[in-house]
Amino acid sequence: MIETATLWTVIVLLGIGSFALRFVFLGFVGDRPLPPWLLRHLRYTAAAILPALVAPLVIWPRATDGETDPVRLATAITTLAVAYGTRNVLAAMGSGAAVLIAGIFFFN
Amino acid sequence: MRGVAMATRRVKSPYGRGVVDGLPFIFVVAPFALLFGVVATEAGLSIFEALAFSVAVIAGAAQFTALALMTEHAPVIVVLASALAVNLRMAMYSAAMTPHLGHLPVWKRSLVAYFLVDQTYALGTLEFEARPSQSAADKFAYFLGTLTPICIPWYIFTFVGAWAGAAIPTNLGLDFAVPVAFLAMIGPMLRTPAHMSAAFTGAAVSLAMAWLPYNLGLIAGGIAGMVVGAQVELVTERRAARRGEAGA
Repeated sequence: MIETATLWTVIVLLGIGSFALRFVFLGFVGDRPLPPWLLRHLRYTAAAILPALVAPLVIWPRATDGETDPVRLATAITTLAVAYGTRNVLAAMGSGAAVLIAGIFFFN
Repeated sequence: MRGVAMATRRVKSPYGRGVVDGLPFIFVVAPFALLFGVVATEAGLSIFEALAFSVAVIAGAAQFTALALMTEHAPVIVVLASALAVNLRMAMYSAAMTPHLGHLPVWKRSLVAYFLVDQTYALGTLEFEARPSQSAADKFAYFLGTLTPICIPWYIFTFVGAWAGAAIPTNLGLDFAVPVAFLAMIGPMLRTPAHMSAAFTGAAVSLAMAWLPYNLGLIAGGIAGMVVGAQVELVTERRAARRGEAGA
């Protein structure tokens, strides 16, 4: 369970931080172009941090107390494959959910 | 047919055009907001807390990131660093909007900044680059149009999801909904070798460094992936430039 104080700290500070990121150029910097090296790194932050977050959740799922689970592994591979192949986020989530629910139904 | 479509486009107000262009995105936004609401209540948030989260942060991937890490009892600083790293791309969006909307009064710029999400940014840049001669007021009206069917449903469906979440049985594999949502978002990001290198490095370093305390393995993976992605882009560009010179 998440503590109430922690939750509200995160909601408020993340709200302020996200707004600051969106406001920084519109509000303060004006028309000056960004240095190319900074843009180059900004381009890859989401592509790097999301896989870094998801990889341990896939390999060591919380539901099985960290033991690698074939059903969840198959779900992850299906979701990523469909997402990459179709570029369709909803089709990928649907395929993943189908594999997960079928897997849990037949094997657990 | 095309002439007709263009004619109707011309008579509509900038706000109306924005609404029409934004409307299809409701099919992407609504399911994600629903899922966030459901997952948030499963994590113990009240309906009000889930809704406050969506109103304050208004960024799906960052909200899921923060929620996943808080469920793992990661320290607040790690939760914030990771979720803000996911949102760093918003600074890029802000920079892209500045030439078009940077001269508006501060309150209008603040409004644009608050509603600057993936979809409103994408529609805004497309429109402003296609029709750069519009007045700033028309561009602002178009932006307001796009956010109406994109951002307002984000709140509504978070609420619906949170409200329904209490009624959904917990043994449906919902624990894995967040990883599935993330993987579905990662797939379309893998557009170039640089993006793929960033993603692969991020995942590999995070797994290798998972023994680090306070979820710092995640931060290490994120930084390593970002640097590798940028370097691969640099190398690819230089190679293309060299090939161009050889061809010329």
